[in-house]
Amino acid sequence: MIALLVRDIRLAMRAGGGFGLGLAFFLIAVVLVPFGVGPEGGLLGTIAPGILWIAALLACLLSLDRIFTLDYEDGSLDLLATSPLPMEGVVAMKALAHWLTTGLPLTIAAPVLGLLLNLPESAYYWLVVTFLLGTPALSFIGTFGAALTVGVKRGGLLLSLLVLPLYIPSLTFGAEALRRGAEGMANTVPLLMLAGITLGTIALLPFVAAQAIRINLR
Amino acid sequence: MMPDLGKYETVILSSYGASLLLIALLILASWIRARRVQRELSRMEEHRRHAKRPSGPPDAGAGAKEDS
Amino acid sequence: MSIWEYANPKKFMETTARLMPWLVALTAVTLIPGLVWGYFFSPEAENFGTSVKIIYLHVPSAFIAINAWIMMLVASLIWLVRRHHVSVLAAKAAAPIGLTMTLIALITGAIWGQPMWGTWWAWDPRLTSFLVLFIFYLGYMALWEAIENPDTAADLTSILCIVGSVFALLSRYATLFWPQGLHQDASLSLDKAEHVADVYHRPLVLSIIGFVLLFITLVLYRTRTEVRARRLKALQARERMA
Repeated sequence: MIALLVRDIRLAMRAGGGFGLGLAFFLIAVVLVPFGVGPEGGLLGTIAPGILWIAALLACLLSLDRIFTLDYEDGSLDLLATSPLPMEGVVAMKALAHWLTTGLPLTIAAPVLGLLLNLPESAYYWLVVTFLLGTPALSFIGTFGAALTVGVKRGGLLLSLLVLPLYIPSLTFGAEALRRGAEGMANTVPLLMLAGITLGTIALLPFVAAQAIRINLR
Repeated sequence: MMPDLGKYETVILSSYGASLLLIALLILASWIRARRVQRELSRMEEHRRHAKRPSGPPDAGAGAKEDS
Repeated sequence: MSIWEYANPKKFMETTARLMPWLVALTAVTLIPGLVWGYFFSPEAENFGTSVKIIYLHVPSAFIAINAWIMMLVASLIWLVRRHHVSVLAAKAAAPIGLTMTLIALITGAIWGQPMWGTWWAWDPRLTSFLVLFIFYLGYMALWEAIENPDTAADLTSILCIVGSVFALLSRYATLFWPQGLHQDASLSLDKAEHVADVYHRPLVLSIIGFVLLFITLVLYRTRTEVRARRLKALQARERMA
């Protein structure tokens, strides 16, 4: 399992992997916002939590179809399916690798980009906390979506359509917790909900996704 | 007979118009697809009846789902 | 004689063929009078004027939009547990109806909201969850279209339907966390039938019954088509093998 994780991370880090792509997209999306809405600091600061969350979500979405497609095309997914490793473990490792190569770098990059968006000072702590709590859910939900569409050729658009509504609760709670935290309001409830969704997806979705992979390989 | 709809006339008429149009489209789409599938299926079964009669038992196995 | 006998496609086709004319007639005698009653003979409301007439479309379509998804969820579960093809084909058949009903609810709501709230659209939890529902229907139908093998498609869409239901509920509650004020407007909505006086209630109930019958009729009609399409596909596949 660890070997699989290391292999997936290596593959993602290599040129053309999802690692640079997601991060670059995040950077570009956030940097473009001030050009679109104007440089006014107050306005930027108000919308910054939402912008950061949306940009992170889209950056995550971008690298999802790489999770299984390459392995499916070159047959290594069939090998993994016949290996003694349980498919649930494979899926969980894939999702973890996706998070380590997109969610975690995004979390680290987010405060720097928050600076560019004139994010209020009180928000940086909550920015990192909500990203840490929320982005694993994005990876695990995305892995589920990728497992559903693994047999579909050019399934990128379909994948986005399937995954986007599933991201809405995480996005709503994450951005809401961040916004409330930035304004110094109590944000325990959305924060707990965000963490609850993440834990729930980590606990349950690998089983469902593994089932979907088995159906697709049938 | 027409009720006086007052200032909301366009609002009501457009809602009823849009809704009925959508329902009509849905029914029409269902009907067209039903017709096409039915036509192709009957052609297929006709074809099989003529071609496959001598060889093998007709309509055995998984295909024997429905007669239409 | 159990309900599972109708899982046999042949039995299903025979029974529904006999039922269809009755269902069409029943739908016609409830839906048309319901809407005519609502449109021509229902009184104006104090606050809303004649615009209240829109609820005879809005509430039934919203009701069907939600319940169609629940029906799909149940049908998907039955498919996953008992592997009855008719069940999953019924779920497939219901999705476009649910999509249309969601669209009708959204459109009539927007048209009504424009003069009443002064805006076509507000990010009100109720409105937002319908938008999410709309995307779920689209995704479900797109997944059906995208996968070649009918059994694989049936399995995967059923899984999507179940997981989607959980997330649809979650997003419904997530939007409730938005700041107040955004969904003040919702209190204006005559959404709950029990809040409506009898004069509106009776035609409304008749329209809802009409919409439900319309839904059942269309689902059975479309399921019949899907059963035939499935058989056609099987025949074509066998033809190619031969």
